[in-house]
Amino acid sequence: MSAADVCLALLWLGIVAYVLFGGADFGAGIWDLLAGRGEPGRRRRELLEHVIGPVWETNHVWLIFAVVIGWTAFPRAFASVAGTLVVPLTLAAAGIIFRGSSFAFRKSLHGERFEGLFGILFATSSLLTPFFLGTVAGAVASGRIPYDGYGDPRTSWTNTTSLFSGLMAVLVCAYLAATYLTRDATRTGRDDLAEYFRGRALFVGWLTGALAVVGLVVIAQDAEALFIGLTGVALPVAAGSVLSGVAGLALLHARRYTAARLTAAGAVALLLAAWAAAQYPYILQPGVTIAEAAAGEAVLAAVLASLAVGAALLVPSLVWLYVLFQREERVVEAGDGEPGPGERDRR
Amino acid sequence: MIEDLVAARMQMALSLGWHIVVACLGVGFPALVLLAEWRGIRTGDRGWTLLARRWAKALAVVFAVGAVSGTILSFEMGLLWPGLMGTYGEVIGLPFAIEGIAFFIEAIFLGIYLFAWGRLPPRAHLLSGIPIVLAGLASAFFVVTANAWMQQPEGFRLVDGRVVDVSPWEAMFNRATPHQTVHMLLAALMVTGFLVASVYAVAILRGKGDAYHRRAFALAFSLGAVAAPAQVAVGDWAAHSVAEHQPVKLAAMEALFRTEQGAALRLGGIVVDDELRYAVEIPNALSLLAYWDPDATVAGLEEVPPDLRPPVGIVHWAFDIMVAVGLALLALSAWFAVVAWRRRRLPDSSWFYRAAVVAGPAAVVALEAGWVVTEVGRQPWIVYGQMLTADAVNPMSGLRYGFYALLPVYVLLTVALIYVLRRLARAPFDDGAARRVSDYRVVPDGEDPR
Repeated sequence: MSAADVCLALLWLGIVAYVLFGGADFGAGIWDLLAGRGEPGRRRRELLEHVIGPVWETNHVWLIFAVVIGWTAFPRAFASVAGTLVVPLTLAAAGIIFRGSSFAFRKSLHGERFEGLFGILFATSSLLTPFFLGTVAGAVASGRIPYDGYGDPRTSWTNTTSLFSGLMAVLVCAYLAATYLTRDATRTGRDDLAEYFRGRALFVGWLTGALAVVGLVVIAQDAEALFIGLTGVALPVAAGSVLSGVAGLALLHARRYTAARLTAAGAVALLLAAWAAAQYPYILQPGVTIAEAAAGEAVLAAVLASLAVGAALLVPSLVWLYVLFQREERVVEAGDGEPGPGERDRR
Repeated sequence: MIEDLVAARMQMALSLGWHIVVACLGVGFPALVLLAEWRGIRTGDRGWTLLARRWAKALAVVFAVGAVSGTILSFEMGLLWPGLMGTYGEVIGLPFAIEGIAFFIEAIFLGIYLFAWGRLPPRAHLLSGIPIVLAGLASAFFVVTANAWMQQPEGFRLVDGRVVDVSPWEAMFNRATPHQTVHMLLAALMVTGFLVASVYAVAILRGKGDAYHRRAFALAFSLGAVAAPAQVAVGDWAAHSVAEHQPVKLAAMEALFRTEQGAALRLGGIVVDDELRYAVEIPNALSLLAYWDPDATVAGLEEVPPDLRPPVGIVHWAFDIMVAVGLALLALSAWFAVVAWRRRRLPDSSWFYRAAVVAGPAAVVALEAGWVVTEVGRQPWIVYGQMLTADAVNPMSGLRYGFYALLPVYVLLTVALIYVLRRLARAPFDDGAARRVSDYRVVPDGEDPR
């Protein structure tokens, strides 16, 4: 494995982590949009706001991580992608601004005027941002980015593969979020909300699976190189993704929420891995290899060294963050004047 | 209808100019919050804790918009300037990769700091905030090294339009890095200190001169006042470095068209047909300031062809505004320091507070003006002496629509941010002893510290 391969693997790790964590935060925003009115809607929103509040910024950094590794280790490929996909990336950028800032604004305006407005902005941008980022992925996967040049600014992302992967990205986010939220709901003593999200996770899970099958047909017709890879070298990985996805749905059905979370995340991670395996060793189709697009050895070495040092700081910090907020016990709901029966007294 | 290159530059200027303000608060504000929390723990004075909590909520909002507005910049580097990133991405990538790690640390510990208030023991909670401050300083440092490289591109060779023999560390620690990074970090502290202080100066002028507002003012203003004198010295250092390494930029800053021996310092004025008119002239002062020699020769813009000169009027005025504001802030800081030192209290004069109200926005103006000097002064180069901005821009036609689309987004974001911060400033106090576990949106107990 060359240094360029390691860099690409790390970039891919960043993308997978972004989808598994950041994607689920977008998914929470999608469920916010669909949470309904009145008291039931308020409780659902409160749960997801409570869950993503401490972690969404950290999860968001995976995107920045992937982008900077991309332009450092594969500058020309990065420039080709960004230079071609100006429209969906600008829309995704606007979505990112609205999602993050509206979420923070809404939280600060609890019970006040404009809380609803920022809520709608937060929720709609949570739906649109993954869609546009998904079209970007589709454009890369279907070989519409000419290396060292500029592809068609419109058809590069309005083709069937891109639109399919945009839709797929939205569903994956919603599926991950609903699955994760089941456990968060039981953990904080809100079993009725666990049931609510369980039903939705099952529905979206099956829908995502069905769409993936349709997607294979789309890819077979529109992105031949990817299809050959997916049904060839990447087949075991893709099969693993399907198995993990089915297992996740079965576990959800059985209300084994912690295990369901892991298998759902595994299904999505393997799906992304299957794409990577199908495309290896090409960073951009057709035929631009990783080695060809990689930066100089000194740059790759410096980046890897920095990331190694960084990992020593990051990994324990990340573990602390997630453990801290996943270990909390029952939450007293807003409006209750007194602590609930399950709350540990911390005052 | 503006052309795409101009639109791309304006989009970058808008995004960067907007982000830089919240980014400064992201660097300086955590330190203020921690200082207030620390004093609360040390003295047992609940007023400090309430202040820290209040500031922490504003910090949460500012950090969130800083995170997203910074992400947009990383997109725009590729969207708008693929020529730059394709050719030089690997040369300047390293500081961004390190900055990414630092930003991770910031985000992780900010999440812990904000949301674990009341869950961690007080001292542990205070300690959990320290990585935010350190990582904030580090991310600002690394990002600015990349900009410094665009002024002083080093650490590579160019063969047939491709970079070879890249030394990313040499690129990162280029000749512009030392002064640019220090200048920026001090600017971040000044903007935070003066901006936060100006909020409390308004309150004090409106008759809320109680202990709570006075201590909030004193703490924030002290941060700005400590940074201000250092900043003037660093600014002088930066100007010398620019004189030596980017003489064309210096000439634009001083609107010096012709090379002169014993050059005069010209303040203000209007540029008409390659000539500065109506400026205040101080004979020999430019030579003296730039080279410590009243008879030194200072290169003028005539040394380079007209198409390689930056827009002079903007750069010259931006520079004069930055210096003027910097000196004014220094004077105000001196006033504050003299009263604090001799009488151990805050100034009484309402004129001081009026000036302090203006000081916050003025510090932001100086910050923006400074960036105009740095960036517009580098034009028409995107990488000084190596690549023209016009060659780096995305050739896609209709690029300007991206700018048109983002302009209202930023207007809306600005209005919303100010609105939300004002609402937060009026919310009831709370001390973070959360009733709802781990939720920092705490049920207020309605107590007032005053």
